[in-house]
Amino acid sequence: MEKLILETNKINKYFHDPVTNQVLKEVSFSMKQREFVSVVGKSGCGKSTLLYILSTMDTEYEGDLILDGVSMQGKSDEELSRVRNEKIGFVFQFHYLLPEFSVLQNVMMPGLKLAKHSAQEVESNAIDRLKSLGIDHLAAKRASQISGGEKQRVAIARALINNPLIIMGDEPTGNLDHKNSDIVFDIFHQLAEETGQSLLIVTHDHDFASRTDRIIEMDDGRIVNH
Amino acid sequence: MQWHLIFNISKTLLLARLRQSVIAAVGVTFGITMFITLVSFMTGLNKLLDGLILNRTPHIRLYNEIKPSENQPVNLSLDYADHINMIRSVKPKERPLEIYNSQAIMRSLKEDDRVLGVAPKITAQVFFNVGAIDLNGIINGIDVLVEDQLFYFGDYVTKGNLRDLQTVNNSIILGKGAAEKMLVDIGDVIQVTTARGERLSLKVVGIFQLGIADVDNVQSYASIQTTQKLLGESNNYITDIHIKLKNLDLAPAMAPEYKKLYGTDAIDLQTFNAQFETGTSIRNIITYAVSITLLIVAGFGIYNILNMMIYEKMDSIAILKATGFSGKDVKWIFISISLIIGISGGTFGLIFGYIFSSIINQIPFETAALPTVKTFPINFNVFYYLIGIVFALITTYVAGFFPAKKASQVDPVEIIRGK
Repeated sequence: MEKLILETNKINKYFHDPVTNQVLKEVSFSMKQREFVSVVGKSGCGKSTLLYILSTMDTEYEGDLILDGVSMQGKSDEELSRVRNEKIGFVFQFHYLLPEFSVLQNVMMPGLKLAKHSAQEVESNAIDRLKSLGIDHLAAKRASQISGGEKQRVAIARALINNPLIIMGDEPTGNLDHKNSDIVFDIFHQLAEETGQSLLIVTHDHDFASRTDRIIEMDDGRIVNH
Repeated sequence: MQWHLIFNISKTLLLARLRQSVIAAVGVTFGITMFITLVSFMTGLNKLLDGLILNRTPHIRLYNEIKPSENQPVNLSLDYADHINMIRSVKPKERPLEIYNSQAIMRSLKEDDRVLGVAPKITAQVFFNVGAIDLNGIINGIDVLVEDQLFYFGDYVTKGNLRDLQTVNNSIILGKGAAEKMLVDIGDVIQVTTARGERLSLKVVGIFQLGIADVDNVQSYASIQTTQKLLGESNNYITDIHIKLKNLDLAPAMAPEYKKLYGTDAIDLQTFNAQFETGTSIRNIITYAVSITLLIVAGFGIYNILNMMIYEKMDSIAILKATGFSGKDVKWIFISISLIIGISGGTFGLIFGYIFSSIINQIPFETAALPTVKTFPINFNVFYYLIGIVFALITTYVAGFFPAKKASQVDPVEIIRGK
């Protein structure tokens, strides 16, 4: 039996603007180590909302979220930042690199923040990551000067820099053409196989979802199938 | 906190918006430059104007005043102690202007720790005889060396040499106005008659100009010995003792003490020159008000630019937060941007302030009232430079604080979702 990485217990979430509206209804599920899970559902079914709660960025919810055996309830902003930094790697639909910094600096940023390793070690780690994603030749370029597919790979390298327990993606292939989507999927797949990291990917792309280990289907704020 | 990392991020964000950052820094530079220039110039002027009064004025003056006795004999008599004594038409009593035991008083004053120096003085009413006309005049007998040391008299001797007063027998230094009236110059001999009718010939060795017409027309200076000779008095005759203190502020408290101790009259600078501090403080208030206004304007500039930067950088803030930077880290990134602008702008402000005040210090400024001043006075004081940089830091910190706080409260979910 593999260790549980992530567990939710009856998470409820409401939006109050303009009228109170329950977007998540008693969402309970769990994820094991090495699992590659995708979350699918129609637009507005609450899958992105769920992801933001799981990522600890959204703290206004009811219920309990347990990451790596620790409850996230009542933790301070500082502590949650630390959890995000250390245990979660994030890949967004839009690439969200810091345009003023070079590709290498972007990748190093969370590692420098964690400060577990020296700057030199973080740099060589970052170069290794870029190499394994086949984009080490871009290291010195400004983040604003590379193509969309390349940006997404840089974002993945950044998500991996601190060896997180879990990688979360919000439509990471949503903005990419078929070829780049495939590359991204292959990278994710490889990660789950080789490094034992768990992946939780929200996606619209049924083709993408069908190739993952497990599909969680959501409808109207509920998990209908997992 | 990882200051190194935060500082690096700030630096990169700043350099990416170099032109805006430079404009913000120039605002601070301008404010600090004006502050330094204004404050140096204003306090230089203050010092000059205060010096006009303070340099030549004793902090405490001991003398004997001709006035009616405070205690009439009838009041001292025990027989009439429980009566109400009314005495009409009391007249001042003739009493010598000489300070009794002046040598001992001066010795004891010199031993007082609070006292910087003591200068004896004799005041003599005289007539200068010019042809058929007698001009009113006052001769001040001074101890030349002490007078120069304590009251900078040498600075005001515009012609001739103060030291000659001591070395040349029967010599005098005339006020500029008096010398012009008598048509005399250095080397000429003038006739002087005292109030008692004694005559003496005195050689003019110098001409002084205080810039105050009343003084320059009437006053003149001679050595103590010459004056004593002129008055026919012994060589311990002294009518005034001028005291300079180490701390001017003690004067009002010390004057009554000396009055009681030595049995003379004593008056302090603050009492007979009450107005001199008012001008100083008003000029200071104006200087600080103008400088603070300039800095506040510069502060608003920084506030605006940081606010704009935060709106532009919403995505970056969201991503920093999503990847593990806390609100506090983000806040410090923006505060340090502001502080970098403040420190660099402020440092340049100090440099330009120094340059500007040095330039002003070279501008000719000649006025009859101030014979020793050739250029505009500037007070170069490290303290103002310290205030300047502290000002710069405080304004930029405050200007940066509110935008930074806003940045720290950015909700990354809202930004990422909003795309």
